Amino acid sequence: MSMEGAPSPNRTPDRDPGTPGDVLLEIDQLRTHFFVDGGVVRAVDGVSLTVPAGRTVCVVGESGCGKSITARSILRLIERPGRIVDGRIRWYGAGEPVDLAALDAEGEPLRRIRGAEIAMVFQEPMASLSPMYTVGNQLTEAIRTHLELTDQEAWDRGLELLGHVGIPRPQRTMESYPFQLSGGMCQRVMIAIALSCRPRLLIADEPTTALDVTTQARIIDLLADLQAETGMSMIFITHDLGVVAEIADEVVVMYLGTVVEQGPVDDIFHDPKHPYTRALLASVPRMGRGTKQRLSTIPGQVPHPLQRPPGCPFHTRCTEAIPGLCDVQDPPMIDLGPRSRARCVLHDHELVREAAR
Amino acid sequence: MSTPDERIDLVDAGPEPRAEAAARSTPPGAENILSVENLAMRYPIRGHGLFARTTGHVHAVNGVDLTVRKGEVLGLVGESGCGKTTLGRCIVRSEQPTEGSLRYRGPDGTVVDLARLNARELRPYQNQVRVVFQDPFSSLNPRMTILQIVGDPLRAGGIARGSELEERVAIMLKRVGLSPGHMRRYPHAFSGGERQRVNIARALITQPRLVIADEAVSALDVSVRAQVLNLLRDLQEEFDLTYLFISHDMSVVESICDRVAVMYLGRIVELADTGDLYARPQHPYTEALLSAVPRPDPRLRGQGRRHRLPDNFPDPADPPAGCFFHTRCAYAQEDCGSHQPELRTVIEDHRAACHYTEQLSLTGVDIEPDQAPPAPSRADGPPRPSQLKES
Repeated sequence: MSMEGAPSPNRTPDRDPGTPGDVLLEIDQLRTHFFVDGGVVRAVDGVSLTVPAGRTVCVVGESGCGKSITARSILRLIERPGRIVDGRIRWYGAGEPVDLAALDAEGEPLRRIRGAEIAMVFQEPMASLSPMYTVGNQLTEAIRTHLELTDQEAWDRGLELLGHVGIPRPQRTMESYPFQLSGGMCQRVMIAIALSCRPRLLIADEPTTALDVTTQARIIDLLADLQAETGMSMIFITHDLGVVAEIADEVVVMYLGTVVEQGPVDDIFHDPKHPYTRALLASVPRMGRGTKQRLSTIPGQVPHPLQRPPGCPFHTRCTEAIPGLCDVQDPPMIDLGPRSRARCVLHDHELVREAAR
Repeated sequence: MSTPDERIDLVDAGPEPRAEAAARSTPPGAENILSVENLAMRYPIRGHGLFARTTGHVHAVNGVDLTVRKGEVLGLVGESGCGKTTLGRCIVRSEQPTEGSLRYRGPDGTVVDLARLNARELRPYQNQVRVVFQDPFSSLNPRMTILQIVGDPLRAGGIARGSELEERVAIMLKRVGLSPGHMRRYPHAFSGGERQRVNIARALITQPRLVIADEAVSALDVSVRAQVLNLLRDLQEEFDLTYLFISHDMSVVESICDRVAVMYLGRIVELADTGDLYARPQHPYTEALLSAVPRPDPRLRGQGRRHRLPDNFPDPADPPAGCFFHTRCAYAQEDCGSHQPELRTVIEDHRAACHYTEQLSLTGVDIEPDQAPPAPSRADGPPRPSQLKES
């Protein structure tokens, strides 16, 4: 998949998109499975995606589609009974290219990348910060883990960072405990911690889902501004298609552990290729449509992870499914353009013709 | 218990202007099912120690006037902490409001003040006013079967038991799209969307007239959310229900509500028909809320940036003087910090609590052409505070 793309028209024009065309992260056929009592949950089952330098890739899907597990696999934050069983996660960072999936999850090489080169922001800012220590303690600790600075230097850098993420009185916030701050402020602190070592890649897992819409808007603005300024890449995980439209350069749509469609944000919203993407977009209420709109729905629900349907994982809910084909055969991933792919037989005319016979 | 002749429009509760305002908000022909008048809910803040003294109060709901018309879906929106859930809890009397009245008009036309009833007197009304909660995971008792959960209000109210109860549960489960054959299963066997259907079945089993839906679809996935919203709408028609739909999601609210009330720091700041409120907001807070909603269309990217609100949500225990919103309002004038604006009619059937709304031209949402409501003429609002000059 080629990685260059026209910058979105509404973005800051002087934004430096890193070195366009460079791939920063390349996930290839990743499989992360959970070995539970009832069987094997294939939470991530053959996910491939690439993150270009300086760009934002949104991973979107409903709960249970494997988007968070994909993100956590990158930083090797998968706990038992889960483990990466197959695939490669190539990281083209500061040093030699490495396969993160092959590194020791507790080892020094990974530790140097985690937090310093790849940072992560989670959904629940309150739960991610320790209630026992002040914001200043936690922020300077994060800074000093990766940078050789004195206490005073780390403190000053912390102050600077808090100002940078839009916290009005940094000095007071440094001395506060997390529970004294609002959800939006906590998330800003988390972002400050994540950015403290100037990461090349920021993974944000539903960072605004627990926040009010007004706060969410400001956090999204902040992330876009910081990205324009630092040229970092972002993997932004969300289930909110509005947020995707607001922030993504490229979109990865996931369903039941697989990528069903991938493409530039405009194509995904205005020319979706996979029936699931189309159904998902149609089921979102849109402001301006007026009241009493009847929403189109996706029939049924996401299957239980232990009862994964054979063939295309979506065929049980797909209105365009072809009996005898979709319920039998794994759909092929089909390239539909330099940057667009969809995993659906409908785009393989030969397969469809054969099935009709 | 109130007497049958205590009609909503004749009630002389509260200061005169309030009664007037309440009467004005009812167009001829529309009947109010609930009239919330000057409702307040204050929670004490206690100090530390054995003899903890009350050191202040949080005004979760701070003088709300609101009428719910029979058969409508009234949306109640606002940021977390604005008091919308507390208002809902007061209406179903999970809380005893500190002040004000909740005048409910029963099926026979009698009006009672739910705020003044004791637990025993309240019982018949608890079947008529029901609530659907947000979280489909924590709101169902994991040790009870679906039959027990959905049938509980019938059993507790002495309405039905035994095979009759079971039959009514089966009918209701079927109606909300669940298989009656699953009624002996426990909640853990159901997905989030199915549990929310159980919640809805539990709320509707007593044949209520008014249903408070508190973030009823917020925890659901997109595709399931659409199913549940459509279900709520079908049930409304079928059972002639009135909904108070509490939500923070402006696009969901637009899709289902007839009218919308916007709440800020325990007060209603704007109230209008949905289309009118979205197309022509009359309060700066509503404008900011609408512009903050991320739109699922990349072409609209960055559009809302002009109206971003600062994060400094005021402390509900110590609200700012004057207009509560002035500390975050982009249009605030000097005197906004000293005079509290009344919720008043700005345009026909459109009320807002802002001194300067006539001078502002606030941005709403572009309504798709065939959906646009006809532009009403600006009514002659009550005189503004004399010290205000045309800017």
